[in-house]
Amino acid sequence: MDWINAILQGVLVGGLFALFAAGLSLIFGVMRLVNLAHGDLIVLGAFLALAVVTGLGLHPLLSLLIVAPVMFALGYGLQRAILNRTLGKDLLPPLVVTFGLSIIIQNALLEVFSADTQRLQAGPMETASLQMGAISIGAFPLLTFIVAVAVIGGMELFMRRTALGRVFRATSDKAEIVPLMGVNPKQVFAIAMGVSLVICAIAGVLLGVRTNFSPGAGPARLLFAFEAVIIGGLGSLWGTLAGGVILGVSQAIGAKINPGFQILAGHIVFLAVLVVRPQGLFPRTRDK
Amino acid sequence: MTDAAMHPEKRFRVAAMTKFSRYGLIVMAVIVLALAFGPLWLDRSNMRLMVELCYMLALAQMWNLLAGYGGLVSVGQQAFVGLGGYFFFVIAAFLGVPPLLAIPLAGLVAAVFAIPTAAVVFRLKGAYFAIGTWVAAEVYMLVFAQIGALGGGSGMSLPIDVVRAIADSRDMREAVTYWTALGLAVGSVALVYGLLRSKYGLALAAIRDSEPAAASLGVDVARAKYIVYVIAAFVTGLAGALIFLAKLRISPDAAFSVMDWTAYVIFIVVIGGVGRIEGPILGTIVFFILRGLLADLGSFYLIILGLIAVGVMLLAPRGLWGLAVERFGIELFPVQRRLDMRKDN
Repeated sequence: MDWINAILQGVLVGGLFALFAAGLSLIFGVMRLVNLAHGDLIVLGAFLALAVVTGLGLHPLLSLLIVAPVMFALGYGLQRAILNRTLGKDLLPPLVVTFGLSIIIQNALLEVFSADTQRLQAGPMETASLQMGAISIGAFPLLTFIVAVAVIGGMELFMRRTALGRVFRATSDKAEIVPLMGVNPKQVFAIAMGVSLVICAIAGVLLGVRTNFSPGAGPARLLFAFEAVIIGGLGSLWGTLAGGVILGVSQAIGAKINPGFQILAGHIVFLAVLVVRPQGLFPRTRDK
Repeated sequence: MTDAAMHPEKRFRVAAMTKFSRYGLIVMAVIVLALAFGPLWLDRSNMRLMVELCYMLALAQMWNLLAGYGGLVSVGQQAFVGLGGYFFFVIAAFLGVPPLLAIPLAGLVAAVFAIPTAAVVFRLKGAYFAIGTWVAAEVYMLVFAQIGALGGGSGMSLPIDVVRAIADSRDMREAVTYWTALGLAVGSVALVYGLLRSKYGLALAAIRDSEPAAASLGVDVARAKYIVYVIAAFVTGLAGALIFLAKLRISPDAAFSVMDWTAYVIFIVVIGGVGRIEGPILGTIVFFILRGLLADLGSFYLIILGLIAVGVMLLAPRGLWGLAVERFGIELFPVQRRLDMRKDN
């Protein structure tokens, strides 16, 4: 029963990993940018929520009403002012600039919030659980998973059914051609980065209620997000969810064997997938 | 027909060296010679600073070789610093090999580990390769943290008999460390320069400019990248062994630090100039000047360093040395061949 419980917890955490990955995947899909500051932006979302929660006394989930628009604006501005200049054939500028941003965000958070670990207090929902025989499911992990499925489902619908989603897909296919149809790719990239940071904000709040976080917590989130994307296969959002779940279950099983193996088990499963099936489990050619 | 028209080779000469670079190399040689006598005229704290400067320069040269010439942007070079450091401890402390012999052996072990590492991370392309190398470094860190004989997560100190085996007196030990570091720095520059001046360097320059074009001219791109990766791992492993010989203590967090062995190194190369041998040299000097001026500011120092790196990448992507080349056309280590036209006689 212990094992079933552990695996179930892993599945639910996998939803959070998929949420980390969704924003990263969107940016790569639309503009082929790999954002090395992605994990730090998730942690920034958590800290902004902390500031709103302590400042205004709001519930962490309600703080998103303020944090999400702020993060959208930040992403939009960041893309327009800085990241758009790095896009091109050369691989180095986007990597160096986002890596630099990662260091800047970490140290700015350190300067403002100190190195202490923090947590978002969500009240009774943190400890509530659903009992099903010998298996108990935490209400909050379940909520996290449902949110992850909803966000990924919503993105999938947005990409397929809306006019803006069509513009995203067209820009992803050929950014050089869309200006002929009256689309400004730089504007599209900025909106995509804004959307990615809104997902970061949601992921950050869920992360902050679930576990302790500190200014240095970003890089590990980036690696989990990246592993979920690669395990699932590039370009497939549902694949990313599956990748997150596989990663979450691997970590849960690793932790059950030995607490020191938790993260290692996830990395090893990722490397194994890379060796056996480098295109990922559910690749889609659209965003190759 | 004139003599010159019949014998074009008399009118043209292909050369790499320029007047500036010839004098520049002489000046560099004099500086290195003066530094070789450093233990006579440097005090202890400056000698330590020079050791640090030397190993950062070696790391920067290797990252530049990977990113600037091999097109391999790695965020995981700390893997090989850590492997070099840990295997130096294993070889010197557990196998009883003399420390100065243990350093090259540790470098070789790091290079051997680079082979399976490459087999996995080379499956990822471009930017995803960067994060893949980071995951590989994390895996090595987590594995070493599990090894009880090496002190697990808290690490271990170099046993006192190994420390004594380097040299009897403290002064001599620090001098030996200093010379090893200087040798590593000079050696890394010479290695990259030699590599780029060779036939092989032409292939690398071709890959840097255009991979498909290089491949169409018969360059085995995958093999060239693989070799560059293993060479960089070897020298990075040597630097790792030296770093933890100088520190006398190793732990997984220190050995596999992405900040110390990759972030700073990337900033050094970007600020100095990617894709030029002079870039890492200038970048290392600028880095240590900045650190001397700003290190008291704590995390503000890192914010400023990050801003400078981002600013340089956006405004002067070829770095400070790139600006100097554009403006004055000077080069210390010229690798491209130029055509010298002789005056008509």
